[in-house]
Amino acid sequence: MSNTTKFNVFRTAVAIIIALAISFGIILLVSEEPVTAILKLITGPLQKSRYFGNVIEAMIPLIFTGVGVSIMFTANQINLAGEGSFHIGGLVASVIAIYVTLPLGLHPIVCILLAGLAGSVVTLIPALMKVKTNADELVSSLMINYLVLFFCNFILLKVIRDPVTGAGSYLLPKSASLSVIFSGTRIHTGLILAILVALLGYLFLYKTKIGYEIRLTGENEKFAKYSGINVVKVVLISQLVGGFICGIGGGVEILNPIYDRFTWAGLLGYGWDAIIILTLAKKNPLYVPVSAFFLAYLRTGASIMARATDVSAEIVLIIQGIIIVLIVANQFLSKYKNKMIEKEAKKNLNIKEAE
Amino acid sequence: MLDAILSPEFFSSILRLTTPILFATLAATIAAKSGIINMALEGIMLFCALFGVIFSSLTGSAWLGLLLTLIAGGLIGYILAFFVLKLKTDEIIAAIAINLIAAGGTVLLMLAFSGDRGNSASIISFQTPRINIVGLGKIPFLGEVLSNHNILTYFSLISVVILHFLIYKTPLGLKIRAVGENKDAAESVGISSQKVQFIALIISGVLAAAGGFFLSGGYMTKFTTNMTAGRGYIALAASSMGGNTPIGGLLVSIIFGTAQALANAMQLSTLPSELVQMLPYLVTIVGLGFYSYRLKKKHERLSGK
Repeated sequence: MSNTTKFNVFRTAVAIIIALAISFGIILLVSEEPVTAILKLITGPLQKSRYFGNVIEAMIPLIFTGVGVSIMFTANQINLAGEGSFHIGGLVASVIAIYVTLPLGLHPIVCILLAGLAGSVVTLIPALMKVKTNADELVSSLMINYLVLFFCNFILLKVIRDPVTGAGSYLLPKSASLSVIFSGTRIHTGLILAILVALLGYLFLYKTKIGYEIRLTGENEKFAKYSGINVVKVVLISQLVGGFICGIGGGVEILNPIYDRFTWAGLLGYGWDAIIILTLAKKNPLYVPVSAFFLAYLRTGASIMARATDVSAEIVLIIQGIIIVLIVANQFLSKYKNKMIEKEAKKNLNIKEAE
Repeated sequence: MLDAILSPEFFSSILRLTTPILFATLAATIAAKSGIINMALEGIMLFCALFGVIFSSLTGSAWLGLLLTLIAGGLIGYILAFFVLKLKTDEIIAAIAINLIAAGGTVLLMLAFSGDRGNSASIISFQTPRINIVGLGKIPFLGEVLSNHNILTYFSLISVVILHFLIYKTPLGLKIRAVGENKDAAESVGISSQKVQFIALIISGVLAAAGGFFLSGGYMTKFTTNMTAGRGYIALAASSMGGNTPIGGLLVSIIFGTAQALANAMQLSTLPSELVQMLPYLVTIVGLGFYSYRLKKKHERLSGK
């Protein structure tokens, strides 16, 4: 392990510890039973295999948006429409599941693929606007998310709503839903797909020509342009692929066997979660499952804590915020880093002198 | 339907709906002028909407509550500046972090203060007063539109003038613009860019706080979860469409206020309300596209292509 990697791991660990310490402080302030709350938060998911299953299940959507947004951000496009892609992916998969009848094995595949396509359309709009009109993709993608939300609400309430239930869609047929892998948990085949997507995402970014072009464009667009890379094409492809993966994520999530109807009336926030995941994973899809696991563990712990004690699960958002801000802060622990570099330089010098 | 839109109440509602967006847009403008995208506006507004309720309830006065909320907003602006300028954090990521903390923190705080997760109705808080400007109310139609608003609505309009003056007529404004245009050039003539950006972000935080306070202490006296509903993001778009100038920002904010007022008015019609709710965001996207396209063409012309 090189010293920079060692330092990065160390810094991430310190950031997590500080964030947890602050959240413990908050729990001490607001809770009547702080010790139980902290114990539930940290060890809750390990107490029952069902709880641990929940962690793995919660990882699945996080991996999809984590990989998708990583690819978009690698091209240095701050496209936040992954949130919208995920949402519309869920809607499109539900609509196809409800209205199209297909054989058992094929049904979910078609639903998920079309969900991916819809997701691509959503992230492509800010990218096209950027390329054609120079409009800031950050601002346009934020607006797109709200457009998608209200559009999906319209379809949900005016087209696919089941009058019998009130707020939910018609029943999603069993033929479309994914199957549980381990009985007794809620872990479904989406997990395999998610891991596959993380692997393919890694191969795409780090082992293909277009992946190399995306990374180069992200690092230095001017240089990429001068080296003959078609930057417009690279930007569009990266946003298309990223949106596709986020869309698939939405499709997989709604076909999770525990849902029997589409009921999403608000944005779920997986697009924002992707930002913390990619900061932990340094935008490398290969590390995304690890950071997704960490976040899912924290979430599950928090919801166990919220059910058992008087602390609400929203504390996780605070932990998340502190972690990302510390990890991205270049100057955080930089004195330590300089010392480490100095020490190594001295050591090298000593070796040379000894020779 | 048409009657409803042509009524003075409708135009009056435009002003009311414009107010929080205008404050936030001005906050985005001052930050952008100094060269920083302040995406944390959403979080600052959300925090300050809750702080407004808590502080006015604790002090028993709307004015003291407002003052403390503005200070708190400036403080969050300072924290953002500290992370971005001192710790060299990416400004977007730092903003996302603040927004996340606001989303979670407001729920926790509200639970601690009111015992409720959805809204703060159980906390008794105070509203800044509505005011009638003498004589204004007597003018037909226009009087009804312009008078009897919350005092913060008038403040927001005055802020446009103050901010315009600050940016274009004062030495500080000159420094802010210089740093925003070209940091290195500004440094080379002895301007401390860090100090200037700190000041700009603190002012930005105070303005966003005013917008947040208006939401919970302007036309109602309670905080509800996630009550900013993306206004901080709309403000970024509005500021950018307004060319990052206070007057431009005012005009675009009024467009958004109108779109929102239209959406509210049309909810009573037969049109599906979900589609009508898309209107303000659609206007933003199309407007942003047009504005950026024009700017791009202008640049291309100027650079002689």
